[in-house]
Order: sequence, then structure tokens, then C-alpha cells
Amino acid sequence: MNAPVRELGRIGFSEEQGSLLEVATEFCRAKSPVAKVRALIEDDLGHDPALWTEIAELGWLGVAIPEDFGGAGLSLAEVVPIMEQMGRRLLGGPFASTTLAAQAILSGGTEAQKQAWLPKLATGTVGTLALVEAEGDWALDTIRCTAVQAGAGRLKLSGNKYLVCDAAAASVVIASVLHEGAPALVLIETANLPESALRRETVIDETRRAFALDLNGIEVPADALLDPARARTTLAHIHLAANLLAAAEMCGGTQAVIDYTIDYARTRKQFGQLIGAYQGVKHPLVDAYVGYEQARSHLYAAAHCFGEQGTGEIATRMAKATADGAYAFASDRAIQFHGGFGFTYDCDAQLYRRRAIWHASQYGDAGYHKKKLAELLL
Amino acid sequence: MSETDAKDLAAYAEAADAWFKENVVRDPGFMLPLTFMEVGTDQQFHFLRDWQHKVWEAGYLGAAWPTQYGGRGLAQAFQNEATKAMRRHGGPIMLNAIGINWTGPLLLDIGSEAHKQKYLKGIVSADDIWCQGFSEPEHGSDLGAAQTRAVRDGDSYVVNGSKIWTTLGRYAKYMILLCRTDPGAARKYDGLSFILAPMTVEGVRTVPIRKLTGEHGFTQTFFTDARVPAEGLMGKEGEGWKVAMRTLEYERGARGGQAGGYVAVQSDAWDILKLARRMDRAGAPALEDPAVRDRMVEFMIEIQSMALCRQRIAVPALTTDHPLGLPLSSKLMATEFNRRVNDFAVSLTGARGAYYVGDENAVDDGIWTRAYLNAFSGTIGGGTSQIQHNIIGENVLGLPK
Repeated sequence: MNAPVRELGRIGFSEEQGSLLEVATEFCRAKSPVAKVRALIEDDLGHDPALWTEIAELGWLGVAIPEDFGGAGLSLAEVVPIMEQMGRRLLGGPFASTTLAAQAILSGGTEAQKQAWLPKLATGTVGTLALVEAEGDWALDTIRCTAVQAGAGRLKLSGNKYLVCDAAAASVVIASVLHEGAPALVLIETANLPESALRRETVIDETRRAFALDLNGIEVPADALLDPARARTTLAHIHLAANLLAAAEMCGGTQAVIDYTIDYARTRKQFGQLIGAYQGVKHPLVDAYVGYEQARSHLYAAAHCFGEQGTGEIATRMAKATADGAYAFASDRAIQFHGGFGFTYDCDAQLYRRRAIWHASQYGDAGYHKKKLAELLL
Repeated sequence: MSETDAKDLAAYAEAADAWFKENVVRDPGFMLPLTFMEVGTDQQFHFLRDWQHKVWEAGYLGAAWPTQYGGRGLAQAFQNEATKAMRRHGGPIMLNAIGINWTGPLLLDIGSEAHKQKYLKGIVSADDIWCQGFSEPEHGSDLGAAQTRAVRDGDSYVVNGSKIWTTLGRYAKYMILLCRTDPGAARKYDGLSFILAPMTVEGVRTVPIRKLTGEHGFTQTFFTDARVPAEGLMGKEGEGWKVAMRTLEYERGARGGQAGGYVAVQSDAWDILKLARRMDRAGAPALEDPAVRDRMVEFMIEIQSMALCRQRIAVPALTTDHPLGLPLSSKLMATEFNRRVNDFAVSLTGARGAYYVGDENAVDDGIWTRAYLNAFSGTIGGGTSQIQHNIIGENVLGLPK
């Protein structure tokens, strides 16, 4: 309760972040026009496999994977500008899922698992995480699914996971389970899953693909278990890494939805005047913009300080909390300021608003992170 | 920075730290103003003027200004270290705000050699106090409509009219005066000129204004056939608007060159945090109230937002889309935060929020209520928050006027 004032984080920006930001800005702009985003909504897979190959060839999937395992040996700080620009262009696909799966293995996997999977995940094999259960609890160590011994060298899984992103495209799913009464992570190769194990879910963000995963009856080899001693640390790491990447996607989206609304406010006339001249429109747009700039400052502080004990957690939670506030407000007002058009499916404002709702719902919203921050700071 | 420079800088920083530790007086026995706009008594004025003079003499103000104009000719990094040390030891504010923050950098950038020689040293030493004559009774945020008239007559301008919200008006030796030299100009902005005007000539009269806090701090300034030397003209006649806008950029922190130090100490989230630990609610510290905790965290996030935005200004790659966005937003962010956080602080004090400065039961001598009321000087002065929204909307986001 009376903890001393903590270091809250600071801005830093590496040369690598700079060049990745530059490349990603142009790449995502060129490769993900909104017409393509909308076409992919109608597509079952939900992303463009050819583009995914290009992303893999750019080396972006291995940015935060050590060189020993086929990556670039940088950190999540360098993934942030990529994720930000993907979010800005609503670029769909399993980039975040695969990055997080690699982080899980990197943080909590056995040496053999790292050797087997990291080089693949670094080069385009899709991975994902299965952490959410029916209650939708944001605390990742609230787990009901189990893994129990089933004969020699086998584990039998039970329970159901939900909101497993990109599971149909993934070769590997890392699921949280209770093993011998303690949280654990288990690596499931999707080639061994019966077809009935996955059910595509209907989610608010139509640019995303999420699945319910039925673990009942699935058996995996005992060595599919990640290092049990590191399970809690790994869950904590995933929680923060996921929030960092979400904050990045959200900042990009916030910028885009503000720009989209500004374009409309500069061209749409009502009562003989461009609507952007009305202060009832102009001032909230400025509030949205200021909120975006603040969120982006938090984002790059969190990226820079992510690896620092204590500070990384504070900065990341602040980044997600501010990104949530900024994205929700900007996209909500975007719908309103487009008037009648804003109420239609054709208006892009809904794409961003739906994404903002998705991100708030995953890994904790602003209120949740503020509560955690209160525990850390007050 | 070379190794020698780095060593010099470290030594300077260490000396500054020791000096402020030794010389800061936090409690002179009367309430010190938290901002330069709150100087209400002669006692406060003289204390702060002496303090700024002392800091300057010691080499910790204007360190990055050229030596021939009262500075030390050092790199900006040196002054930054001095300012940090000042803040670290809770030094009182620098008094001559309009001089060191706005007029000084303006003169350094576009002033004539004669202007620089005449004015800069007096600014940084606090020997010559400066005030600003932009707003008028009928034209608050709409500076372009200023009506105070200046008519050229030989080597002088003859000034008639009135300026309002003149901070330090009754102490100032000079005013930066925005006045109308050509009432017939097609655009109202083209009829304005910017003059460095002495306040000591005949025909200049200041009348104190009583603020909402009950204190004095501003004056209204009346000009009646006041003759000010034409050599005080900044830029050309008719370029006053351009010069005034440039001045506001220094004020809003969008341009550098300020002498250093700070001209306001704002209570921050940490002060409020300490307050929330001291105040009781239902027999427990207010900080244990979940509603209080939630808002407290919001304020902490916000104060961190502002710190990070300031840091990000130094990273051009992260400001490419709207390079002026952060600098032009900083005033809005800071002043609105200050208003809200002080309002929150008052609510933390429970029933004692009803007391005001002067009552023995007032929490912290009533500074929270007073700071809240004074916070409006920030959200109104220098262009209201509503005008800031227009500026950001139009100049940063490109929204139509």
C-alpha cells in the first residue's frame, strides 16, 4: 500500500525500430487497402496466404526470436512498429498469434521444444495460444482445463478453450491447463486434432478468425508439456506481451480511424458548411487526436521498457489502458460523425469500432489494467 | 558530445545540485506563488525577484544564452541540468516569465543587435520585469481583433487604448505590446504591429484586477496618449500578428530558446497521492476507497502521458505525421490536467474542502481550492482550451475554419 514511487518508464527508440517502422508503414499501406480487408472478411481463412508468405520472407515473424533459433535476435520492442502499422491498415492474419506462441515457447518451453518450433515459427509456420475459458476470466491462471497422466508417456486433456485465434491456420496450439493441480502449458500439434475439435466462433471483429477448441479426449505425448517450473512466469509474460502487441495494433487503428473521420469532416457539407468547421465535431476530434498521441507515447515507452523488471509491467498496462480509452473514443465518435452513413455497414468506422471492442475484451480492458496499476502504484 | 564536454557537464550538474541544495528557501514565512501569474503582494514579488537574480548570478539561469547578453554561452544541456537541480530541490519559481520564456527567445531569434544589447541582460537578471499586452477587454482569445491604437509621430508611437490580464503589470518596466497601426488594412491581422514598450512613460496607468481567488495578480493597463519610442518596433510595421504568433509558440513550448528554470510549479499526481494517504474516509485513508484509487491511477497515467509526450517530441521518427501535434497539444493537456487534478484534490479533503485560505482548519492552508481556482488562468489565458482545440483542429489536423 505504501510502496515507494516507482519508475514508470520512458521513451526510447532504436535504429531497428526506426527502419522497421518505415518499412512496415509503406508495406501495410500498399498491401492492405480497405477493399482487400473487406474482401477477406468474406473469406473463410480470413487472410491472404501469399501476403503471409511475404511477411515471413521479410523476417518479421522472427524479429523477437534469438538468432540461435533462426530469428533476428531483437525484441518485442521491434515488433511493436510492425504491429502498429498492421493495426493501422486492419491487416488480418496470424501475426500476433504466431509471435505470442513463439514468446510462450521462448519463455517457458523446453530446449527440445525451442529447437523444434522456434525456427519454424520464425519462418511462417502458424502458431497460436489457447488460454480463454468459458468464464472469460482475464486472469490467465484461472484454469479449469486439465492434463492428466494417461499411461506411459501420454497426457490426456479435458475441458474447453475459447477465442483461440487463427486455430484453423495454426500448426501448433499452446494451451493452458491444470497439471497436477498447478497451471501448466501444453503444446498441441493441430495435425493430431480431430476435425470436430475446432468450431469457428462468431466474433465482433470480422477481420479476425477465432475458434472454440474442445480438448476433451485429446491425448498428447508427455513431452508436449512446457517446463512446469516456468508456467506461471510464462503466463505472466504472455499476458504482458499480448497487451503490448494489442496496444500497438490499437494505436495504429486509432490513428487510422481519426484520419478517416478527418477526411469526411473536410469534405462533407451540411447546412452549407463543411462539418469539420463545426466545433461540435472539431473539438471531440481534437480530443480523440490528443488521446491517440498520449496512447502512442505510452506505447513506445512500454516497447522500450518492456524487458525491465517492474517498469515493463507498469508501462505496458498504462499503454493498454490508454490505447483502450483512445481507440474506443475515436472509433465511437467516428461512427457518430459520419452521421447516417456511419450507421451503415459500408462505412469503415464500424470496422475500427469492432476491433476496439475486440481488443478491450482480450487480455484486460482499461478498467482491469487500472486496477492492476493501483495495486502496483498506490 | 566530447569526453571533456561530458565531464564539464557532469561537474556543472553536480555544482548546480549543491548550490540549489544550499540556497533554496522553501518557506520564507509567507505563501509563495505557485505560478508567475499568482504574484499578489510586494512581499512575494521582491522575494521572487531576488531569487531569480541570485539564480542568474550563480550561473543557473540563461546558461545557454550568449555571454554578451547576460548568459554563460553554454550548451542547452547545461541549462537543462540546472533546471533539473532547481526542480529536484523544490526551488521557487522564476518570476520574470514573460521575459525569460517569450520575449528573450524572440529577441535572440529576430531582435536587432540594439534590442539584444538593451534588453536581454535585464530580462534574465530580473532587473527589468516584462509584461504582455495582447488581450483586450473586448477581445480575449481573438487577439487579431486588438484595437489599441498606435499612431506614428516622429520617433515615437502615440498609444491609446487598454490591455487586460497584464500579469505583473504593476511591476513591469516593459511590455510586449500588440497594437493597431493601420485600422484601414484589408485583413484585420495586417493592421497590427508589435512594439517593445516602456511602462514608465507618461500616459500608462495600471489598475489592479481582483481575481476569483480574492487576490490580486493582474492589472488592466490603460494607455492615454502614451508616447513609446518607435525603435521598440519588432519586425516591420504591419507584421505584428506574425511576431505575436511566434511569441505564442514560445509560450506554448513549440519553439526553444527559453532561459531555463520554470515559471510554475504544479501539484502533480504524487502530491495528490500523499494527500489521499493523509485524508480519512470512514476511518480509513481515502486512498483505500476503490473509487479514489481508480481516479488516482487515471491521474498518474495522465501525468506520465505528458512526460512521455515531451520525450517523444525529441524523436522525429515518431512524430512524422503531425510534427507540430505534440508541441501544440501540450498547453491543452497540461492546463486541463491541472484544473481537474486540483478539483479532485479538493474532493479528497472531505468536509474540510469547504475551508479556504486563512482558516486554521483548512487542509494544507487551503492550497488545493486556491490552486483549483487559479488553474483557470491556465485554461483561459494564452488562448482558452476551446481556442486550443481550434488551433489543433485547424493547424494540426487540417480541419476547416
